[in-house]
Amino acid sequence: MSEGSAIVQAEGLRKTYKPDVRALDGLSFSVPAGTVFALLGPNGAGKTTTVRILTTLARPDSGSARVAGIDVLAHPSRARSVIGAVSQHSGAVSLLTGQENLALQGKLHGMRGRALHRRVAGLLDQFGLAGAAGRPARTYSGGMRRRLDIATVLVHRPAVLFLDEPTTGLDPEGRADLWAALTGLAGQHGTTILITTHYLEEADQYAATVAIVDQGRIVAEGTPDQLKAGLRGDSVVLELASPGQVEPAQKALAPLPEVRGLSADGAVLRARVADGPRALPAVLAALDGGVPVRSVTVARPSLDDVYLHYAGRSFRQAEGITIS
Amino acid sequence: MTTARQAWVILTGRYLRELYRQPAVIFITLTQPVIWLLLFGELFKNITKIPGFGAGNYATYLTPGVVIMTAMFSSSWTGMAYIEDMQTGVMDRFLTAPVSRGALTAAMLAYQAVIVVVQSAIIIAMGWGIGAAFPGGAAGIAALIGVAVLIAVAMAGLSIGFALLIRQREALIGASSTLVMPLTFLSGAFLSLRLVPGWIAAIARFNPVNWAASAGRAAIGSHPVWGTVGSYAGYLALALAVTAVAATQAFRTYQRSI
Repeated sequence: MSEGSAIVQAEGLRKTYKPDVRALDGLSFSVPAGTVFALLGPNGAGKTTTVRILTTLARPDSGSARVAGIDVLAHPSRARSVIGAVSQHSGAVSLLTGQENLALQGKLHGMRGRALHRRVAGLLDQFGLAGAAGRPARTYSGGMRRRLDIATVLVHRPAVLFLDEPTTGLDPEGRADLWAALTGLAGQHGTTILITTHYLEEADQYAATVAIVDQGRIVAEGTPDQLKAGLRGDSVVLELASPGQVEPAQKALAPLPEVRGLSADGAVLRARVADGPRALPAVLAALDGGVPVRSVTVARPSLDDVYLHYAGRSFRQAEGITIS
Repeated sequence: MTTARQAWVILTGRYLRELYRQPAVIFITLTQPVIWLLLFGELFKNITKIPGFGAGNYATYLTPGVVIMTAMFSSSWTGMAYIEDMQTGVMDRFLTAPVSRGALTAAMLAYQAVIVVVQSAIIIAMGWGIGAAFPGGAAGIAALIGVAVLIAVAMAGLSIGFALLIRQREALIGASSTLVMPLTFLSGAFLSLRLVPGWIAAIARFNPVNWAASAGRAAIGSHPVWGTVGSYAGYLALALAVTAVAATQAFRTYQRSI
């Protein structure tokens, strides 16, 4: 499958759990091959249900899903041989060693003998688990266990890796390690990675494409930069010498066509503009000579702003009111 | 894709390997039935003196009863391993691998069969040690172990199905202890049915535990009536088929509900 063509396609997925809990409400998206794709949304948005459907664990009431060209609903067992799925829970057999967990998975996928042995050893090495390979998984730390989970479902070289909230519960270091491994996988091995997360920063930093899920629907989809640029609302943040400088600065900036609005907080003046880097020269030129500026920063909208724009409420608020 | 047959062998291996890592569990699994045998053997020693009991040696009478009871007990907990797998995400991992649901069930049932064969062999050896006679010889003993496996696997299927539907440890523990004890005591496992109230004897006729105990006891006797043993074994095989299919079906319900 060539880079750029869709390897995962979800079309109009609907699912209602009894009694009357609508988990998915016509959810559609597609994932370009060989990239990291994030389904971003608050708890209860429908991310896990979506992954469960794509990995053959659940069936939608209606809609269609294809993974690597295979109709997941019509041919679940064929789909299973091209996917790797890590659920929110570990998935490792805790009494088996790391090596045994990987070997078990390989055998279930029909791998045998030396080829399996070499594959297992290679993955343990790749995920920094070679030293712990002979220890039962229950002795692993949280970060090691996550890496083991991922290494395990990679044994059969799946085309698409599904990870449901893989970084939840990890410390910042463990999270960074995991992301390094994942971006490496997509970059060097061409594995497509579909990940769900409720961490805005993570999706922003690591995912090539982000789809924002809210109440069982995709409300926006694109690269993080596209999504943010779509809002057309950067801020130029000016730190002035004193609060007394704010008024003359406002007077100087208000007539500029680039400036859509101004707000002040102490000695800090915030000018809302369409495109921060482009507006910056004009803003500084208008203040030149009249108002001394201590520092200036351009703030681009965050994914939180994007979420607010499309879902009509802030992400934190959505997290707070939905039952996970 | 792995064939269903290979998959169940691989997964049975997984359970055995896990057991091997837990010496304490092995120890309890093997000593518990011996305790039952010695305890009941002493407690009911003089029971054979009651007129009409119909057997001279209680060890001979009791041993097949304890074999069957042990098979029931250990297999009734089978669902616990499933609940554990569901809660730790292991089940999801297997369900997203190209393995049939039938193979998942078969692996657990096969594992349970292995356990019961080993347990039964130990009980029979201990029973012989405390004076039980096996005039039926090797064929009789093999048949006793065979019916123990049948009832164990049937019970394991029920336990798995229950685990998949209810998914709660406490509920499974409750159901298992509510079911296993009464079924065992509403049978001729410990006491000749000639000595029990009529209503118990009537229920026992439809009780799979009694089928297994009666078949096992008949098989190890000096002149086994193989027709009787065979028909009881047939009923048990039917019960097994029903619970195994029910367990596999329960997977579908489980997947619909998650």
